[in-house]
Amino acid sequence: MTQTLVLAEFSEGKVAKATAELATCGARSGEVAVVVLAAPGTGDAMAAQITTGPVASVLIIESEAFAKFGVAAVADALAQLVDAYKPLALLIASSAFGKEVAGRVAVHIGSGIITDAVDVSADLTATQLVFGGSTTVLSRVNHGVPVITVRPNSVTADVTPCSPSISHASFVLSENSQRAEIISSAPFVKGGRPELTEAQIVVSGGRGTNGDFAAVEAFADLLGAAVGASRAATDAGWYPHSHQVGQTGKTVSPQLYVACGISGAIQHRAGMQTSKTIVVVNKDPEAPLFEIADFGVVGDLFAVLPQASEGVRSRKS
Amino acid sequence: MTAMKIAVCVKQVPDSWAEKKMVNGLLDREGVDAVLNDLDEYAVEEALRIVEAHGEGHTITLISMGPERTTEAVRKALSMGADDAIVVTDSALVGADALLTSEVLAKVIATEGFDLVICGTESTDARMSVVPAMISQRLGWAQLTFAGSVVVDAAASSVTITRVTEAGVDTMKAQFPVVISVIEKINEPRYPSFKGIMAAKKKVIDVRALAAVGVAVLASWSEVKDATPRPPRAAGIKISDEGNGGDALVNFLAEKKII
Ligand SMILES: Cc1cc2nc3c(=O)[nH]c(=O)nc-3n(C[C@H](O)[C@H](O)[C@H](O)COP(=O)(O)OP(=O)(O)OC[C@H]3O[C@@H](n4cnc5c(N)ncnc54)[C@H](O)[C@@H]3O)c2cc1C
Ligand SMILES: Nc1ncnc2c1ncn2[C@@H]1O[C@H](COP(=O)(O)O)[C@@H](O)[C@H]1O
Repeated sequence: MTQTLVLAEFSEGKVAKATAELATCGARSGEVAVVVLAAPGTGDAMAAQITTGPVASVLIIESEAFAKFGVAAVADALAQLVDAYKPLALLIASSAFGKEVAGRVAVHIGSGIITDAVDVSADLTATQLVFGGSTTVLSRVNHGVPVITVRPNSVTADVTPCSPSISHASFVLSENSQRAEIISSAPFVKGGRPELTEAQIVVSGGRGTNGDFAAVEAFADLLGAAVGASRAATDAGWYPHSHQVGQTGKTVSPQLYVACGISGAIQHRAGMQTSKTIVVVNKDPEAPLFEIADFGVVGDLFAVLPQASEGVRSRKS
Repeated sequence: MTAMKIAVCVKQVPDSWAEKKMVNGLLDREGVDAVLNDLDEYAVEEALRIVEAHGEGHTITLISMGPERTTEAVRKALSMGADDAIVVTDSALVGADALLTSEVLAKVIATEGFDLVICGTESTDARMSVVPAMISQRLGWAQLTFAGSVVVDAAASSVTITRVTEAGVDTMKAQFPVVISVIEKINEPRYPSFKGIMAAKKKVIDVRALAAVGVAVLASWSEVKDATPRPPRAAGIKISDEGNGGDALVNFLAEKKII
């Protein structure tokens, strides 16, 4: 059987759920080889974390270049692996980083590219939701080795245990990829809550919180949810930019999205309107977000959320 | 100090609020209002600020690929203060994907020669966020993308940015020539002034066909096989909080078996 290459996703040193999701998509068409790109001396420990999903093998490349030159170095490595292995496809998680890597690899190897797929079938047809989720598009790459980025949290991962074979490879860093250097790096720390793009439930606050996210956070914690924010809230400095949901923030598609004090500008909707269930709490009955809410409460979030938190708490006990 | 040549890549897109639909696998661009991609306004603004901070003699050229009426969006960016524009228009480019778009833009950029190329992070219609990285790869120039701040040292021909993504904040540095993309938190784009609008009417927009750019179009490398509108989200239950809104919300979640 021919291989499908998957770029492993790690977050704060831990393998991310997206890795098994990508492997699940890849396994429909070929045998999955997961690529781990690591700092020198760390690859085996990272590979050892890949214990679930339909993964046949893990390929490790260790190099200082990944931390020093970022996207360009990662793209060099993947392009060379594609040349060497001639896989059926290369699958990468959709993020700012993943999409840029995919773009550079596609140019490198002369292949078509599809970004933000929510599913990939056995014949490598990708499903995308476009125009704010109003249209489902099926597309295919018809030139070269398809490079496809898949949104985290959109396919159900096959999490059967695996014990992949492990091997090491190397790559040649091109001169061009050394032209932009990462001088320092400060990854966002997530804290105790689930990652926004991986969470089953997201509770978000907007300008209506007036800077006080306590009620939003309390409700989120009771539901085991991630906390999101509108741009109005991140611009005001009330919540970190890394939590912004929307066109220029993250795209989330959880089972449940609870928007509190968020009006529903098109740029915010772009990041959340494919959520399975949408709940809106807003004082203004005319807030546009009510148009796409499965359940809306016209009311003050500072009254509604504490009562809802209390309700969840009493159900749990 | 030698004069800096700056290019800003701007795209015309359908208005974000317009209802969009697909016709024959392509976005129906005829039926909707077209505007300058708002994320590209930040790129234009950043270029203007770089020039303003470095004195006289530097130039800003807009580069855009798209249908004929793209010149309308380009005019807006000219009225903000860019000097001139190159627009690539050709019937062979209808339905161009990111690979072809980046090839055309890179070809124009290479032909003209620039120190800095500044893009937005995303076109609001394609939403791929790949064109700047692809241009960098094609030209072999440094990639400084997702910039939340840009500092240009013209004397040293270097650029330092902070790269702001969902993963964190990196500081990156490179020598000219570089391809930059800027995020929307970087600045507040100016509104064109009346003087700017009048001046823009006289600025040169050089419209080129593909042959003049020197790119041969192959068949598109990815194709849409099918596009189906999804049933619009029907608004669900809406209640007014009369003191029990929170409880009603919890009941709804319980009915949905979410809790
Ligand atoms: C280029 C560009 C990119 C953008 N990208 C994004 C993006 O990625 N994400 C994003 O979110 N936005 C984005 N925006 C901004 C977007 O247009 C809106 O300005 C923003 O989403 C508004 O945030 P908000 O809903 O919190 O604030 P507002 O629109 O001010 O709404 C606040 C809401 O809170 C309600 N409210 C007030 N007090 C209470 C209370 N006590 N209880 C209950 N409800 C209350 C009000 O009725 C109101 O509806 C972008 C804009 C641009 C131009
Ligand atoms: N047709 C185009 N003409 C000019 N610039 C473009 C075009 N397409 C994309 N760009 C630039 O590339 C950025 C990212 O676009 P995209 O990769 O399509 O999301 C945009 O913000 C523009 O700066």
